[in-house]
Amino acid sequence: MARAVTPQRRWTFTILAWIVALIIFFPILWTILTAFKSEGDAILFPPAFLPPHWTLENFFEVQARSNYFKHFFNSVIIAGGSTILALVIAVPGAWSMAFSPTRRTKDILMWMLSTKMMPAVGVLVPIYLIFKNLNLLDSLSGLTVVLMLVDLPIVIWMLYTYFKEIPVDILEASRMDGAVLWKEIVYILVPMAVPGIASTMLLNIILAWNEAFWTLNLTAANAAPLTAFIASFSAPEGLFWAKLSAASTLAIAPILILGWFSQRQLVRGLTFGAVK
Amino acid sequence: MLVPSVAVLLVWMIVPLALTLWYSFQTYNLLNPINSGFAGWANYYYFLTDPSFFQAFGNTLILTVSVLAITVIAGIFLGMLIDQPIVGRGTVRVLVISPFFVMPTVAALVWKNMMLDPNYGIFAWITTRFGIAPIPWLEDFPLFSIVIIVSWEWLPFATLILLTALQSLDEEQKEAASMDGAGPVSMFFYIVLPHLARAITVVILIETIFLLSIFAEILVTTSGGPGYASTNVTYLVYHQALLDYDVGGASAGGVIAVILANIVALFLMRIVGRNLEA
Repeated sequence: MARAVTPQRRWTFTILAWIVALIIFFPILWTILTAFKSEGDAILFPPAFLPPHWTLENFFEVQARSNYFKHFFNSVIIAGGSTILALVIAVPGAWSMAFSPTRRTKDILMWMLSTKMMPAVGVLVPIYLIFKNLNLLDSLSGLTVVLMLVDLPIVIWMLYTYFKEIPVDILEASRMDGAVLWKEIVYILVPMAVPGIASTMLLNIILAWNEAFWTLNLTAANAAPLTAFIASFSAPEGLFWAKLSAASTLAIAPILILGWFSQRQLVRGLTFGAVK
Repeated sequence: MLVPSVAVLLVWMIVPLALTLWYSFQTYNLLNPINSGFAGWANYYYFLTDPSFFQAFGNTLILTVSVLAITVIAGIFLGMLIDQPIVGRGTVRVLVISPFFVMPTVAALVWKNMMLDPNYGIFAWITTRFGIAPIPWLEDFPLFSIVIIVSWEWLPFATLILLTALQSLDEEQKEAASMDGAGPVSMFFYIVLPHLARAITVVILIETIFLLSIFAEILVTTSGGPGYASTNVTYLVYHQALLDYDVGGASAGGVIAVILANIVALFLMRIVGRNLEA
């Protein structure tokens, strides 16, 4: 079935692919390596590839100076909270659209998608003023709600495409076999729905963790998640590369690892099911 | 059961947008609250005739189109490369998609400092190796630098989508074509590219939505400068709202940004809608 590939061709492509991949990955690798250098070694020129003296000092410094973990947990609360809120609202909606569609279902889905096309900057002014008047600026609860709203259309769409794949026939079959409603839910529906919900959750956590418009505009020192905290490094601490790298490494590591596990779901979620 | 989702999105969509529209016809500056009232079309007039708007509009176009061209073309070739039976394909794939998971502020600061810095950056080291004086990228070529950073962030997305599409290409179809004597070039143009057409459209449209709203990368690297050299429409509206406190003007800019994005959105909705019927 597979086309014959000469070993020579295979190795040429392998080497080429690895070179390209390493170039693309290099900035991340470089950040991780710099995190373990001293500030002096970080700005050696010509650059030292591996840290001449490995050190963990930067990680401790970042925590001691700017209470890194406060911002880390802000990110956890905002990304996790907005995802759970979105799921609570979206699961029933997606469920009913997938299993009892009406003539309007398609229009509703398209309309929900269209809300995602609204550029954030179009509503920056009113949201900022509303937050200001309600004393929600720089608060975790306000930001969590906004991120939930921003990601809700994607969550509904992803859930819808997953639920759509659950065969309805199997429910009827189980009813024929005498399954009562609660058994139907516990033994048939939940096991089939959970993978889809988990994938949706994963993708949404990634998106919310990295969201960098509302988090930058609606927070200051107190509720700032990692996106905003890292941005504050730019002005006064510009040349503390080792500390910037340490903070960055900690900020991207959890999502990088989550992301590696969710490549397929990513394709599906971000293309609204158009490419699977 | 559908009611909560619809209600929440309806409120989220209508209330802020209506307020933006309302403010866009008001004279309203937070620094000067006494001078307020109906402004007519004045905010739109000032926003649209301001030279900085033309520059920002041009920059938005350049940024969007360049990043699209780079990521789609490089993504096709990278996708085809990873689609080959290479050794360690899984690892290569993971390395290539990684930048997509880096938060924009980290990506921008890492590039600004460790890559592009004219004194200690990697690019400076590479250029000096070739005997060229280090280039202060962000000062001399601000928009180009941002194009590079944003392309690095979005190339993984394009590659991943196109790779997924390539993997659904029927192996037997390729075999049949090569039996009929198709070389690599005609194989690419007559088999691979047509097969990718839909995935490419999806990549272009989805990237466009995000690229029109690039913000964090500009904020932490150049702050839109020097002058307005790297300001896009999103950043211009932000600047007017939260730095100049001009609520009316910024709202007019916001409405214009919504209109621009909707033109693109119309196309995307058609494509996705067509797929829904299939």
